[in-house]
Amino acid sequence: MEEQHKAVALISGGLDSMLAVKVLQEQGIEVEGINFYTGFCVEGHTHAIRNKDKDKQKRNNALWVAEQLGIKLHIVDVIQEYKDVLLNPKHGYGANMNPCLDCKIFMVNKAVEWVKENHKNGFDFIITGEVIGQRPMSQRKQTMPIVAAESGADDILLRPLCAKNLPATKPELEGWVDREKLHDFSGRSRKPQMALAKKYGFTDYASPAGGCCFLTDKNYSDKLVDLWKGRGSREYEMDDIMLLKVGRHLRPKGEYKLIIARDAGESKYLEGYRKQYTSIQATSHNGPLALIDGDIDPEDYSHAASIVARYGQGRDADEVEVLVSIPNQEKQNLKVQPLSSEQVLEDWHI
Amino acid sequence: MRYELDARRMLCPMPVIKAQNKIKDLAVGDILDIFCTDPGALNDIPAWARINGHVVLETSEQDGDIVVTVQVNE
Ligand code: SF4
Repeated sequence: MEEQHKAVALISGGLDSMLAVKVLQEQGIEVEGINFYTGFCVEGHTHAIRNKDKDKQKRNNALWVAEQLGIKLHIVDVIQEYKDVLLNPKHGYGANMNPCLDCKIFMVNKAVEWVKENHKNGFDFIITGEVIGQRPMSQRKQTMPIVAAESGADDILLRPLCAKNLPATKPELEGWVDREKLHDFSGRSRKPQMALAKKYGFTDYASPAGGCCFLTDKNYSDKLVDLWKGRGSREYEMDDIMLLKVGRHLRPKGEYKLIIARDAGESKYLEGYRKQYTSIQATSHNGPLALIDGDIDPEDYSHAASIVARYGQGRDADEVEVLVSIPNQEKQNLKVQPLSSEQVLEDWHI
Repeated sequence: MRYELDARRMLCPMPVIKAQNKIKDLAVGDILDIFCTDPGALNDIPAWARINGHVVLETSEQDGDIVVTVQVNE
């Protein structure tokens, strides 16, 4: 009997990788999916922290895609390793802090390792949903061979959606896959993908506007750069990148910033950080919970509290009582006058 | 055997990743209670289990935590 060749697919949760898998399944190829969690991935659930998004569908798109396709999905935590990709991208950043080309190389390289580990189970090539010209940085004709070469995947990396525009890879040359039945998509248009989705009966798929992660978001990138600047170092931990997704961020002084919840859902989420961060919340009025990130001078507590009070129901009161909770220290009660909206300076907002 | 996994305060997909990595080391028939606080886990852990052939025996709430109970099947 002919040997069965299996592929591992990079699954982002978007339509393209979903289609790439389906194209190969149509040829009778068994596929399993792999999804990398960098910490920056766009997740419905982090939006779900906020009240207003409560009704939004809570699903992990990569899992959803895998279920639609009937394939196994391995989710891999790459948070630590990804730091080096983000901090030192050889090929630089895209429009924001997104190191897309290095990111792709990194992920394909991880898939190469996975194939080596699982070769005994019949896995011998990798597929991605990449399309030439689809993304300005990472998916261009010139970058396709760079990803293949620098990831170490070389000719075992197949892109079913644009394979016909690229030199034949091993799975095609060896006849495991019929090149004729692959596609020749190129350019930024989404029409070919949408037509193919229709043919396969895929509806309700996710279509993230920017990319697969928060690093393509200007606002998020600004907050990340501010965090590094404020600390004087580009180190970050998982908690940092999570907190960048929550609340309004204000930096009234270089040494510290305030993370102020925008609604009850966010206040509840920030509660979980009270053991690690100094927090401020009004006690005389309803108001948001705020965390202080950085080295605040205790003399600045009042000022910070008057900013936080501005965002609660006591904003028009002459005086608001607040509680400052410092981890492992006595709590402090303060009375402050909330700042007016003009006093909260525009350039404090990150 | 019955095991517990603490995935409290983690946002999805971390509870799924933790569960996946734990289950790798368990034997067929073992049961894992996963304690989470992100309601997304109610959706994601069962989806992950279905895809990978495991069985969700129960989802419940205990003292404000969400508990997803999975039986290892493959
Ligand atoms: S958008 Fe984010 S996850 Fe996607 S390739 Fe770029 S850096 Fe990587």
